[in-house]
Amino acid sequence: MSAATLTAPDLKMDDARIPLRSHLRHTGALVRRNLLWIRQDPESMFDAVFMPIIFTLLFVYVFGGSIGQSLGGGQDAYVQYMVPGMLAMMGMNISQGVGTGFNEDFQKGVMDRFRSLPIGRGSVLVAKIVVELMRMLVATTIVVIVGVLVGFDITNWGGLLGAVGLSVVFGSALMWVFLTLGVTMKNAQSVQAMGFLVLMPLQFGSSIFAPTGSMPGWLQHFTDYNPLSSLADAARGLMVGGPVAHDLWVTLGWSALLTLVMAPISIHKFRTKN
Amino acid sequence: MTRIDNELRGVAVTVRGLVKHYGETKALDGVDLDVREGTVMGVLGPNGAGKTTLVRILSTLLSPNAGQATVAGYDVVRQPRQLRRVIGLTGQYASVDEKLPGWENLYMIGRLLDLSRRDARARADELLERFSLTEAAKRPAATYSGGMRRRLDLAASMIGRPAVLFLDEPTTGLDPRTRNEVWDEVKAMVGDGVTVLLTTQYMEEAEQLASELTVVDRGRVVATGAIHELKAKVGGRSLRIRPSDPLRLRPLARALDDLGITGLATTTVDTASGTLLVPVLSDDQLTAVVGAVTAHGTTIASITTELPSLDEVFLSLTGHRASAPQDTAPAETREEVAV
Repeated sequence: MSAATLTAPDLKMDDARIPLRSHLRHTGALVRRNLLWIRQDPESMFDAVFMPIIFTLLFVYVFGGSIGQSLGGGQDAYVQYMVPGMLAMMGMNISQGVGTGFNEDFQKGVMDRFRSLPIGRGSVLVAKIVVELMRMLVATTIVVIVGVLVGFDITNWGGLLGAVGLSVVFGSALMWVFLTLGVTMKNAQSVQAMGFLVLMPLQFGSSIFAPTGSMPGWLQHFTDYNPLSSLADAARGLMVGGPVAHDLWVTLGWSALLTLVMAPISIHKFRTKN
Repeated sequence: MTRIDNELRGVAVTVRGLVKHYGETKALDGVDLDVREGTVMGVLGPNGAGKTTLVRILSTLLSPNAGQATVAGYDVVRQPRQLRRVIGLTGQYASVDEKLPGWENLYMIGRLLDLSRRDARARADELLERFSLTEAAKRPAATYSGGMRRRLDLAASMIGRPAVLFLDEPTTGLDPRTRNEVWDEVKAMVGDGVTVLLTTQYMEEAEQLASELTVVDRGRVVATGAIHELKAKVGGRSLRIRPSDPLRLRPLARALDDLGITGLATTTVDTASGTLLVPVLSDDQLTAVVGAVTAHGTTIASITTELPSLDEVFLSLTGHRASAPQDTAPAETREEVAV
């Protein structure tokens, strides 16, 4: 008996695996947690609800007339151009929030509790993504509604759904990037500032808000390779017609690449974070 | 209650040569300890002694650089998932989701521990009741007082009926009354047979809750043993007596020293506060001192017992002061004693 105090006891050999059902249960419990946050703090939905309204109205009424002219029409022509772009932008802007929310979790002790529970490390990340996807759907729906109210003409319902789906796919791929930022950066403010710095040039240096034809050559190179241009152009093609295939594949390719590279990195960072 | 009983008990936590360093600083520098099943091990030390690092390694939040540790028979490094099924953790900072109501916090953790919806609901209700939080069940935890939050945190760590519970400074930052509440809860939990490893900066807390004590300093174990053994080493309690008539201070001190109840330890006169400080090693000595005061014909205005501060424990065990003394008041008392 006294030997037990001198050497470590033999290890028990139980199964370490977590069954799929448990993974789903854990993710469900954490999704519920994030949804309760929204109920507790409805202001956290402001970005998903009001940003699409304000941005769509601003762009249509401020730039719509002049950009519309260069498109060979007026404000109506710009609405047809801009609404698919705005749809693409929403996916991205919402995905940014995932990083700050995640970072705040780490500042509080609750993440220690999660990490000391017998749950898959991924469930916490997946739950966050599921809730952000819901927010993304809210935001894109509002863009479409406001778009229709300011004159957007839905010619192709299937294409509309396809465009929403594509924005969500790309947005969720981008979330892994922001999750990685959220895990690695010191505080939520720096996550937000970093996200802003990355997103701003990407958003405006693209074909989301205006055709790229009149931009200087160097910028056109940038916009050509900017995945957001591909996303916006693909959404445009799907919703109002025009070439789709190339941009669609480029966007899906980017989504796959971002996910394949950033998902393992963020999960690894999450696992090893102290 | 006997030695045989203790030896038959299994060991719930074993730690061997545990090392953790952050760059140059060694948070843990070869720690060994054992916690027997169903007992409470207090880990006492000042800030920066490595207590939190130890708890974080044992609850799989950190991996050690060297050494081995097992909890309930599972290796902390090689079997983290199995280990997490049998532990409960209450951190130094209440680790509940502040935005969620108390009930939702407990329900969520129940589901994360694979309880069915119905069981998770029942367990949440039951634990809120037990920790007197039923009335606050629907309020976000952010609106709770410090003590309520700590109780919710304790409740959360009990949901999975853990075999081993880690309490990292469970009462740091709480006022004395709230501290007592938390102690009562912990005692009740221990009554249920759970093994507890508790870190603390307060000798009083260790004495209230733990049966065995490991004193750590700068990542090393400086003393370990049953509480009463260590207390004997560091001199135990002191009795502070204030006679109604301050003029009787010195005659009373002389009389007590002449009687020699407390052996070689002598009585200290503190004229500033009009009190005597008498070191006592046992309840018998304490009773005898009070009897002697009465026999001396002195009326007592107040009488209190004082425990050695962490500082005093350290001074006795290590020969140097705790690296980061926390309580200034007891430290002052000690200097008076030394005069």
